[in-house]
Amino acid sequence: MSANGDTPLLEVEHVKQYFPVKSGVLIDRTVANVHAVDDVTFSLREGETLGLVGESGCGKTTLSRTVLRLLDPTAGRIRFRGADITRAGRRAMRPYRREMQMVFQDPFASLNPRKRVAQILGAPLRQRGVRGADVDREARDLLDRVGLMREHINRYPHEFSGGQRQRIGIARALAMSPKLVVLDEPVSALDVSIQAQIINLLEELQDGLGLTYLFVAHDLSVVRHVSDRIAVMYLGRIMELSPAGELYDKPIHPYTQALLSAIPIPDPRENRARRRIVVAGEPPNPIQPPPGCVFHTRCPRATEVCRTVVPPLTEYAGGHLAACHHPLNVTREEIAAATISDASPETAGQVKPDFVPAGEGGDERAPGSGGAAAVEA
Amino acid sequence: MASTDSAATDFSDDLPAELAAEERRAPAGTGPWRIALRRLRRNKVALAFGVLFLALVAVSLAAPIWAEEVAHTTPYQNRIADTITIDGEERNIVEFDGVPIGPTWHGEYFLGADRNGRDVMVRLLYGGRNSLLIGIGASIITMVLATLLGLLSGYFGGWLDWVISRCFDVMWAFPVILLGVALGVSLNISGITIGPLELESGSLWIPTVIIGIAYVVYLARPIRGQVLALREKEFVEAARAQGMGPWRIMLTELLPNLASTLLVFFPLIVANAILLEAALSFLGAGVQPPEPSWGLMISEGIEFLTSAPHLTIAPGIMLVLTVLALNIFGEGVRDALDPRAKIRLEH
Repeated sequence: MSANGDTPLLEVEHVKQYFPVKSGVLIDRTVANVHAVDDVTFSLREGETLGLVGESGCGKTTLSRTVLRLLDPTAGRIRFRGADITRAGRRAMRPYRREMQMVFQDPFASLNPRKRVAQILGAPLRQRGVRGADVDREARDLLDRVGLMREHINRYPHEFSGGQRQRIGIARALAMSPKLVVLDEPVSALDVSIQAQIINLLEELQDGLGLTYLFVAHDLSVVRHVSDRIAVMYLGRIMELSPAGELYDKPIHPYTQALLSAIPIPDPRENRARRRIVVAGEPPNPIQPPPGCVFHTRCPRATEVCRTVVPPLTEYAGGHLAACHHPLNVTREEIAAATISDASPETAGQVKPDFVPAGEGGDERAPGSGGAAAVEA
Repeated sequence: MASTDSAATDFSDDLPAELAAEERRAPAGTGPWRIALRRLRRNKVALAFGVLFLALVAVSLAAPIWAEEVAHTTPYQNRIADTITIDGEERNIVEFDGVPIGPTWHGEYFLGADRNGRDVMVRLLYGGRNSLLIGIGASIITMVLATLLGLLSGYFGGWLDWVISRCFDVMWAFPVILLGVALGVSLNISGITIGPLELESGSLWIPTVIIGIAYVVYLARPIRGQVLALREKEFVEAARAQGMGPWRIMLTELLPNLASTLLVFFPLIVANAILLEAALSFLGAGVQPPEPSWGLMISEGIEFLTSAPHLTIAPGIMLVLTVLALNIFGEGVRDALDPRAKIRLEH
């Protein structure tokens, strides 16, 4: 919890980010919209790490850009420390820019190849108001902090490895001394051995500087170790949002279950023994998301209601939210105790999920799903 | 046009093995520019032609010295009815049938005379000054305008991009020569006044500006393409996340990445501009007589092609040497700066 009472550091309310699809001769007309982020609500408390997981193209990267106001949201509200920054202009954003920074996915594209490290780190330091000889000193301190050598200050990005470049990217974000750092798949472009080093570095920095992370990743295994809570996104919507441990022990949404069963287990015997839910096919086109639950085209449990009614985000005990009409791993009593969350999409229905006993629904092939999904024993 | 894959800004990826090795040998902190310079220094052919171009520039700059000290004349002095004495033999500078004297290989009329009895060598050197001045001046105009328009159009997009791109389409629709001739003829008759800028008819600035503008499209398009690719790069997003404004991003993040393209294009554009100047002058729409220029000299000499071929051969050789030197040097610069690029200037 933050020091100043209950106000979360970041609040995202019903944010939508649509990208127009244009076509036409000479004059472009908007013919459709890509629903990259479609009515997403979540909040971040100071000092916590929220993992944001989903397949490629589910809108998680877009959402991370929107949160930082690198994109202008189509609808919704973004608050930072309670202040509405949804429509703040560049000048009005300036004080907030210092507090929210980003670490990018591609360490080869995120550093300007024509600038020395000193210039790459100097720009944000000057933006923050550091002057004169302090710029050089602080830049060297930052390099030290992220595990590089102080002498590297005069080198160019092409002289570093991917992991080292990512450290420079982290140092650049820290140069603004931010509170919130959005990590956009910070390790997915790196070798596995380097991934662990970078994740450890990020955790050390969080402990040392009291940072709040929004950690975007495309697989659950990476975020598992770092996140306090995890949000699972699919086709622009949040499917499930829960404390990290619970998500792994007791996934409620079939999509989460499918993602979890996609994590490879190193032991082949164990790997073969487990029951895997394999989601076949591709995510639907985000220009025309399916009606009802966006996952129904691939969901093994989908029924008629999933095709027509948008499932509300239902809050189960322990702050575990899931948007599914036919939840897994919950009892009749738990459903009865659950409430429909304010974070639900505005178009969602108000009906609570029904109870599907274990063993049923999960195994049967969903009527009308056309074999889009299959369950392997 | 320039392939947009040259927009890749990473410097040391997928290089040929020997170049990559060269880069690894570079001491720590060696920047992209210094590495490019090392590569250029190893390219002896390109360097030789670079030196040749510098020699041509130096010779042209020395024109007044030759005119005063050796030829004792000016590029404008007519001696149509005079005679000169060569090896004790007195000869007409221009014969009665109008054919001028050929090369004497002496100080005066070293390369012969033209039909007005003017010294071809002196006019060749002064013409070189004009041709190079126009070529380089026009290229600078092209670079500045193309960079500005390419940056604005590519970075801001939207209606600004639409307007600029449609203007380019219109200019693109005209062949460069046609555009140049049309503008050249009309402007040379009346001169132009744009605000405080006044260009008299016959001024050297007129062909310079015309050629400068005619080539803007050919450079602005690849630059726009490169800006489109660059602005999606994460380092631009990082700059925006730091609160940098669009102008600062263009200046400090994008421009340094465009510099290598500009540097590669510059010699090639100069070569093309010199050729266009020659073509326009040949057609009467460029440099106006009595100012000398290589194109104009070829044009004036064309009727004596058989009787006095030195009138066309001398400026022709200068033109070929200059353009060849610039093109080969330019290719060397390209190989040094961006070995993967396939930049060509097409029209």
